[in-house]
Amino acid sequence: MPQDDVILQLNHLKQYFPAGKGKDGQKLFVKAVDDVSLDVHRGEVIGLVGESGSGKSTIAYSIIGMYEPTDGEILFEGQKIGRKHRSMQMKKDMQIVFQDPGSSLNPHQSIAEILELPLKVHKIGKTHAERMERVKELLTMVELPEHYMYKSPASIGGGEKQMVAIARALATDPKFIILDEPTSALDVSIQAKIINMLLKLQREKNLTYLFITHDLSLMRNIAHRVAILYLGKIAEIAPADTFFQRPEHPYTQMLISSIPVVSEEEEALKPAKVESTGEIPSPVNIPPGCSFHLRCPYVMDQCKAEDPAMIPLEPGHQVRCHLCQAGRTTPAEPN
Amino acid sequence: MTTMRARKQARELQRALSYEAKRPTVRVVSNPKEMRRENAKKAWHRFSRNKLSVVGLAIVILVILAAVFAQYIAPYPEHAGAYTDFANSTKAPCAQFLLGTDNMGRDILSRIIFSFQGALKMAILVLVIAVPVGTCLGLLAGYMNGTWVDTLIMRIADIFLSVPALLLALAVASILEPNLTNSMLAITIMWWPWYTRLVYGVATSCKNEYYVVSAQLTGASKGHIIFKEILPNCLSPILTKMSLDVGWVILMGATLSYVGLGEQPPIPSLGQMVSDGARYMPDQWWMTIFPCLAIIIIIMGFNFMGDGIGDMLSKGDSKYE
Repeated sequence: MPQDDVILQLNHLKQYFPAGKGKDGQKLFVKAVDDVSLDVHRGEVIGLVGESGSGKSTIAYSIIGMYEPTDGEILFEGQKIGRKHRSMQMKKDMQIVFQDPGSSLNPHQSIAEILELPLKVHKIGKTHAERMERVKELLTMVELPEHYMYKSPASIGGGEKQMVAIARALATDPKFIILDEPTSALDVSIQAKIINMLLKLQREKNLTYLFITHDLSLMRNIAHRVAILYLGKIAEIAPADTFFQRPEHPYTQMLISSIPVVSEEEEALKPAKVESTGEIPSPVNIPPGCSFHLRCPYVMDQCKAEDPAMIPLEPGHQVRCHLCQAGRTTPAEPN
Repeated sequence: MTTMRARKQARELQRALSYEAKRPTVRVVSNPKEMRRENAKKAWHRFSRNKLSVVGLAIVILVILAAVFAQYIAPYPEHAGAYTDFANSTKAPCAQFLLGTDNMGRDILSRIIFSFQGALKMAILVLVIAVPVGTCLGLLAGYMNGTWVDTLIMRIADIFLSVPALLLALAVASILEPNLTNSMLAITIMWWPWYTRLVYGVATSCKNEYYVVSAQLTGASKGHIIFKEILPNCLSPILTKMSLDVGWVILMGATLSYVGLGEQPPIPSLGQMVSDGARYMPDQWWMTIFPCLAIIIIIMGFNFMGDGIGDMLSKGDSKYE
């Protein structure tokens, strides 16, 4: 469970991308990530949930160093990092598993070559034979047979490719792994296998995961804390139990109440149905005030004018909503 | 009637069983040596799936062997040079001269075999220079996509592409001394931008694939990314284009020597033979037709082989083979 040791800290991270010019000649930006602050503790699995276009993957890519943050800072073990400013040690400690296993393995290399690269780069194992031993070890770790090292990515299945990608991320013995929707491209039976394996590895090696997904029910099973993103901003962040039992933000309520359930008992456990309306607006043209007010069933005049700030409700539970301000809780009836 | 049907059924069953027996079983490859052997086998399977590529390969091998051992194969090796035998001039194909003789009485077959040497030498030298240069520049431009390096390289390539290759080759060959080296030089100068463009296209799309990104993020060097991650993905189009280009270079060499700017007499060259023979058409048709056929066969051979190489190096569907 979470300890107080913060491994990764995002301070007001902003990631804007230029999107040409508007009609009045003003420069337009896609505000993919807009003022996100987040602490990730060592040894925890933090879930990052959101619709398509909410900026989940952008946060991951900024952390791993594919983009230079527009503003704000990213601290990894207390050290500030940017796209270019990162030591080899940091590259070793931080790894990422991408969503699409088909594209994350080079089709012209054998699995052995793919897994050997991080070992070579970070000088793990002096000789080729030593590295090959480590490759075998890695394959065993992700529950693949050793002879898979002589296969090419084209000759193995999608789930197996993702396992190889996970093995590659584990090769350098990292502390922190970003999992960018690692199972969304796979079928359900393989998803379960991969999730279980990831959790087992996390416990064994005390890894920290930033788990990105749009699958809320998956979050319930694996995450210690869940952060929900809406249009590049965190709407609510809470420990997983609180998140699913007492969601405060109308958006969270909307999402959780729309998870399909099988039994009556489960239905009874769900919060009151909040009708989901509309779609996520374009991140280029974010509505003024609270970005969610166009879809919010409890919208007030204040929401259309003022952007709410993050309010701590209880330890570890923060919400961005005017309704929750000053101790008010969500009204039972939508007005 | 019934026995016939029973026999037919038995035969069909047997056929089905024999198919089943032939179906490849998945072998477990457990060491690097086996992996290489297995890969070679798969590659050959993909290459030979199209029978025309095998025909192409056979033609190419034959042409190369003929060029290398021209001295021993040609019925009259001395006819390759300045040789005259007016007693046998312009003889139609017969047992003594299989493809006839030209106006100097030289054996056409021998001269064709010797002209393969020049044609291949030219193709090899042009490609040995143009392909690495073009590929390296294309990789660099593709890797530096969006920077000034990219713009500079690609605009220079565009400038070269905008000049008709043959015209420049004619200009160079007519300014410098007209011989094989100079025409090769001219063709080489015109040839690299095609490879730059080809590789650039593959490299720019490849650069955004997650395996390249992932190698970058883990800290791999630029050299590794360009040559180990991106280059192998460009090899299939490069090799395909190369084997198609051998034909084109030979054709261009023939064109240059047809107008008298390539290999100079008395060294035989296919273009020269066609142009010399053209004056004797249609009565002494063999003087033109056979060198023409030789050109067609070489180009076809390299083209078919190129298709096969393309099939062989394409990745992605090997799971079902």
